Amino acid sequence: MKESLLENKTFLTQLESRMAKTRWFELISLMAVTMGILILAVLLIDVLVDGLPWLRPHLFTEFPSRFPKNAGLRSALQGTLWMIGLTALISLPIGVGSAIYLEEYAPDTKLTRFIEINIANLAGVPSIIYGLLGLGLFVRAMGLGRSVMAGSLTMALLVLPIIIVAAREAIRAVPRSVRLAALALGATQWQMVRSHVLPYAMPGILTGTILAMSRAIGETAPLITIGALTYIAFDLRGPMDIFTVLPIQIFNWVSLPQKDFQYLAAAGIIILLALLLIMNSLAIFLRNRLQIRW
Amino acid sequence: MDIEKSLIGLTVQEQSEKPSPPTRRVERIIEGIFFLCAIVSVLTTAGIILVLIQETIGFFNEVSIIEFFTDTRWTPLFASKRFGVLPLVTGTLMVSFYAMLVALPIGLLAATYLSEFASQRTRKTLKPILEILAGVPTVVYGYFALTFVTPLLKLIFPTIQSFNALSASLVMGFMILPMVASISEDAMSAVPQSLRQAALALGATKMETTWGVVIPAALSGIAAAFILAVSRAIGETMIVAIAAGQQPKLTLNPLQSIETMTAYIVQVSLGDTPHQSIAYKTIFAVGMLLFVMTFLMNMISHWFTRRFREVYE
Repeated sequence: MKESLLENKTFLTQLESRMAKTRWFELISLMAVTMGILILAVLLIDVLVDGLPWLRPHLFTEFPSRFPKNAGLRSALQGTLWMIGLTALISLPIGVGSAIYLEEYAPDTKLTRFIEINIANLAGVPSIIYGLLGLGLFVRAMGLGRSVMAGSLTMALLVLPIIIVAAREAIRAVPRSVRLAALALGATQWQMVRSHVLPYAMPGILTGTILAMSRAIGETAPLITIGALTYIAFDLRGPMDIFTVLPIQIFNWVSLPQKDFQYLAAAGIIILLALLLIMNSLAIFLRNRLQIRW
Repeated sequence: MDIEKSLIGLTVQEQSEKPSPPTRRVERIIEGIFFLCAIVSVLTTAGIILVLIQETIGFFNEVSIIEFFTDTRWTPLFASKRFGVLPLVTGTLMVSFYAMLVALPIGLLAATYLSEFASQRTRKTLKPILEILAGVPTVVYGYFALTFVTPLLKLIFPTIQSFNALSASLVMGFMILPMVASISEDAMSAVPQSLRQAALALGATKMETTWGVVIPAALSGIAAAFILAVSRAIGETMIVAIAAGQQPKLTLNPLQSIETMTAYIVQVSLGDTPHQSIAYKTIFAVGMLLFVMTFLMNMISHWFTRRFREVYE
């Protein structure tokens, strides 16, 4: 026991190798993170290289065509804009209403807990299942056909859990003192919610809604399932018209054997990603500029 | 007297100077409207289950449930129809398995780096970048798998088919990676600092602490992340619909073209299938099976997360 550990040769060499192992481990785990980022970079570069030469103005103004040179995304862009607009109109009020109920009104009962668990479960249901729901309920049972309305209703149900969770967080972040101040001045529950809670929670709610919409823009499977068509060569005029959206048109082009259509698909992907980038930047901007720090 | 009333507070005031009955009724109605909004999500679940069950019953009126689960061929769109769902299930599970081979180790290592090694600042920059991966639309991943990864794989495996399970799996693995990393990191960050300090004080290196203490302590959280990731992989549609093919085959060879349950639903939806035809009903039967599988996994994952919370909070 006279010899200290620091003079023990075996211990020292072992320590050396144990420290080396830790350094290797750190390096490997850093590589795991970088690998994810690297794949993202490769994906973006691949899409840009393939698609940039095909990114031309007439892509926005022309309808799809059998000839790659003439094909455009006009009907797909119209469909995407209509669908996003209608989806937001449907899901925002219902989502915010649910969030207000759960945060401000709901008693602590079994029913409330059931609603909460149910929302958490819905967030994990594969998106294609929502497509089957839309097909059975909106397209067939309600007779909406393969309209942009049926697609938007389906998509609204799909993004509802995201909006509810975001809105609940935003509402919860409003301090209790604000609510008490309103109530103390004689406001009713609804007056308090409308004039105090909602305005303060609005930036957070909007951020969540924009993120939910950017999820909806990229979703393909549910809309294919309800039967959104791929070849549409006329302008979309109303909510009951048949439609197609950007990712479905991309999917259609990817599935065609000609190489030129793959490049067109890449150009479409660039537009899709640019849309997502704009929406996400808007969400971040809203969060940073408008959100109140208590 | 007035001061006294206001001191006693709201309840007294309400009694003496209560809002007029119409205001109260309005309050009730508004609360009712919000309640109805909250019920929409319950109705959604009910709707999913009802639609699936209704069409599935219709399907099993025409096809025996034993054939569905034991027959090894799936050819509902051909002249000689066979309804064995096994090829679709094995296709789905194989793709998920190889996707997990990518997402699991890399995701866990990435979580380790973010939680144990990275400085606060590095983590704050790296995590959002990693999460962009999860926000890329799946159709984009499908394109990437088909036009970039498959040709690359052809250089390594010359016998690989143009549509194959491997390429779809690899890309799907990277799509799920951020989810595995994010949830595992949350679980590891929640392990109390005192456990790490105890291990380090006993002379363990950082790696020994991570493997011997932090990961075991966070294991149920990590397990929850993995199960959730498998559930995500099973339900993923566009990558497999684009890159994995449309040939339901009972095989475990990832170099071959296969078909998953989700890809089958897409395939039928793309064709103009008449309502009430047997092909139309198959997608609901397959959808039902998919729903049950993912639902069970989400429940198990939820259970793991709850168990984990009980330990440390």
